[in-house]
Amino acid sequence: MASVSMTVNGREVSGDVEGRMLLSSFLRDDLRLTGTHVGCDTSQCGACVVHVNGEAVKACTMFAVEADGAEVATIEGEANADGSLSVIQQAFQDHHGLQCGFCTPGMVMSAAALLKENPKPTETEVREYLEGNICRCTGYHNIVKAIMAASGQDVAAIAAE
Amino acid sequence: MPKDSGIGASPKRREDLRFLTGAGKYTDDINIHGQTYVHFLRADVAHATINSIDTSAAAAMPGVVHIFTGADFEAVGGIPCGWQVTDRFGEPMQEPKHPVIAHGTIRHVGEIVAAVVGETLEQARDAAEAIVLDLTEKPAVIDMKAAAADGSTKVHDDLTSNICYDWGFVEENRDAVDQAIKDAAHVTTLELVNNRLVANPMEPRVAVGEYSRSDDMHTLHTTSQNPHVIRLLMGAFVLGIPEHKLRVVAPDVGGGFGTKIFHYAEEAFCTFAAKAVNRPVKWTSTRSEAFMSDAHGRDHVTKIELAMDADNNFTALRTETYANMGAYLSTFASSVPTWLHGTLMAGNYKTPLIYVNVKAMFTNTVPVDAYRGAGRPEATFQLERVIDKAARERGVDPIALRRQNFVTEFPYATPVAVEYDTGDYEATMAKLEEIADIGGFAARRTESEKNGKLRGLGVNCYIEACGIAPSNLVGQLGARAGLYDAATVRVNATGSISVMVGAHSHGQGHETSFPQVISEMIGIPEDQIDIVHGDTSKIPFGMGTYGSRSLAVCGSAMVRAAEKVINKAKKIAAHLLEASDADIELKDGQFSVAGTDKSVAWGDVTLAAYVPHNYPLEDIEPGLEETAFYDPANFTYPAGAYACEVEVDPDTGKVTIERFSAADDFGNVINPMIVSGQVHGGIAQGVGQALLENCAYDEDGQLISASYMDYAMPRADDLPFYTVDHSCQTPCTHNPLGVKGCGEAGAIGSPPSVVNAVVDALQSGGKNVTHIDMPLTPSRVWDAMNNA
Repeated sequence: MASVSMTVNGREVSGDVEGRMLLSSFLRDDLRLTGTHVGCDTSQCGACVVHVNGEAVKACTMFAVEADGAEVATIEGEANADGSLSVIQQAFQDHHGLQCGFCTPGMVMSAAALLKENPKPTETEVREYLEGNICRCTGYHNIVKAIMAASGQDVAAIAAE
Repeated sequence: MPKDSGIGASPKRREDLRFLTGAGKYTDDINIHGQTYVHFLRADVAHATINSIDTSAAAAMPGVVHIFTGADFEAVGGIPCGWQVTDRFGEPMQEPKHPVIAHGTIRHVGEIVAAVVGETLEQARDAAEAIVLDLTEKPAVIDMKAAAADGSTKVHDDLTSNICYDWGFVEENRDAVDQAIKDAAHVTTLELVNNRLVANPMEPRVAVGEYSRSDDMHTLHTTSQNPHVIRLLMGAFVLGIPEHKLRVVAPDVGGGFGTKIFHYAEEAFCTFAAKAVNRPVKWTSTRSEAFMSDAHGRDHVTKIELAMDADNNFTALRTETYANMGAYLSTFASSVPTWLHGTLMAGNYKTPLIYVNVKAMFTNTVPVDAYRGAGRPEATFQLERVIDKAARERGVDPIALRRQNFVTEFPYATPVAVEYDTGDYEATMAKLEEIADIGGFAARRTESEKNGKLRGLGVNCYIEACGIAPSNLVGQLGARAGLYDAATVRVNATGSISVMVGAHSHGQGHETSFPQVISEMIGIPEDQIDIVHGDTSKIPFGMGTYGSRSLAVCGSAMVRAAEKVINKAKKIAAHLLEASDADIELKDGQFSVAGTDKSVAWGDVTLAAYVPHNYPLEDIEPGLEETAFYDPANFTYPAGAYACEVEVDPDTGKVTIERFSAADDFGNVINPMIVSGQVHGGIAQGVGQALLENCAYDEDGQLISASYMDYAMPRADDLPFYTVDHSCQTPCTHNPLGVKGCGEAGAIGSPPSVVNAVVDALQSGGKNVTHIDMPLTPSRVWDAMNNA
């Protein structure tokens, strides 16, 4: 067992973990932050995307011990301080960018990372950025719209309902 | 002005608030004090005799609570099949036992051979590696036609062959169809494969079993589309637990697409083991386990022949299909290639004579069952592909050929036993031509050609039978269950409402759309209405969500229950207003006496029902809560027309979807935003089938597509924005909302148009390619182009 300490959504946390414990398991099982989902075993689906030191990372592809000392942000910390939905979260609701909700935390965290590095992405840029996030419900139409809307673009002019 | 509430409005989904903030409660988020973890040791060979299983070393490893093998489940029932198909000779299908844990024989890669329950998942997994299996491998039965041959190795030694059933429909028409094909002016023949798929909801399956000795109560938390169905199947047929001692809870479920309908061995195991070890037992599927244990979909091999007269009127249709059942019969497996497939072979056309033959085959593969559309995509694909090929052979426009043969008068009794109540196929085709800008295609093709690309346009129609299903009819066809649904409308004292429904929402947004209906009926705000679903201890016995049935069947039950509530509330209002029941009107949450200004508010009436001080106690009971069960009179028949435009890179064979348009007739629409979203998702799955997805076995029965590294899921950059329209509305004539269902249409309607478009593109490039089997990967397209 190794002890780890990190900041998760602004809160100092620590724990004793096996070396093989993934960051996703540490978040879900030890910290009970179950918003980070695990949808595959090969780091393909992206349901577990969180931010580690500001970078989008698949939490299933990193050991908890590797995040020792890191700043981690998960979907639970994504809303505004007053509890209202962030711009991206609100855009997902406004544009029906989610159905079953399972891929959604990873989608939102990926979208946040995208808009941080590219504040006005084109449709193609959004689609390419989402290569690592699989959604089985929406056909991506409304996810792409939501992300473009969150970036301030007029999506009504870009895509049909 | 669009409405902002009630039927036809698109309020934002209330469930999104928890899903967007990480507050959803999925089954894997449930952890119960003292829980153990099970790791299943799964077969890594397709077919073998189990000589022995030595668990002694494993049992001695740290943290092992108990190890189970097939012997522990000898006394319990097999996983049941819910539909008995009768073959064309009048005999029942062959139905082998489907054990919870393999006992004596392994029949597919992924089958459970042993189960290790441990204090932690890691300890259980480590111990499983110490189990010693002594196996004698047998030849694997993989190819369906080879499986049907005399002398083939049998998947089940106790059956007479690998043929589950040889089904003919309509058997009495067999000779007449043969004769009509012989006499036809033209017959178009096509042999094709409907590729095997894996549904792949993003949430893998999870089961958590609990047992309480204090009241002998079993609880199963599970990722299910239909908790009552699981309770019935598992309780009555597998474990022998009466319903009142078994609670099944399906909380937030991360997508289903059919594959979470079925009762699975892992559910029975966790329920059984929780009592045996007297601790909660949790199983969370990995994605690789999902690939080798979730029921697969499709997997048909078909020959279809379409006969026409000299004027290109369809005169007869004959099909011969091999349908893969896998190693065992999953819950609805037997119904998919028969009653959900053969009955749809008329499509949107007035073909007078149809004969469908289906041979369902056992193979050493994962069981195959319903996947989004279930039988109807298979029917639509072969029919719409053969029509396209026929148009090409006859030198006529494929849209015109379809139009010429459309059913135009309703109700229409097909020659395959169903009666379409209503529809307007010309309207959806005309709408499609408009939204897809089919008139502008030629110019777009020219533009593509300038860029060195081949451009193709593919169009198809579809019809499906949804709102599953009339119980007396499906009972005659072999269903071992009724297919009604149920709802309880519980009005609280202050007027808010809880509606307990048998339908289950796992992405469909029922928590938002169902209140729209109640709000419309009563005239109170939607936020005063909550939907309760997914827990057999809370909801009436309903059959769950699949077959685009939630609104058409469960929604109808909800309307009936609400009508009962309103009728009773009117009696209370009449008493309070000192008027006659017949004179009471309800509008905008106010009861009024017709022709007067006397009124009483909804909340005053509901309060009176629970505080009955001034109340007609001699005539009616206090309280305001009603339940209705609704059994549909017929299926519903959503239909539409789809168009796909592709570009094909002639150098690489890569297909790009440039435009995709869908014109659907779903009857009345409650929430257009949600309906569009359902179509989008269905299209993506259909395009996935057409271009990307393939569940592949090698000849030894190894599953060679068992992860997202090997199974190509559609990603955002594989797909375009879609244009969808559901303004053509011919309301269903036999349910109170006039709704037809929209959940499966996209997946049913989209594969043929993609393939039609690619064939069109290649033909435009001078390649004599008439068909390519899905998925149309660059390699397959390139091969077809270069070998044509």
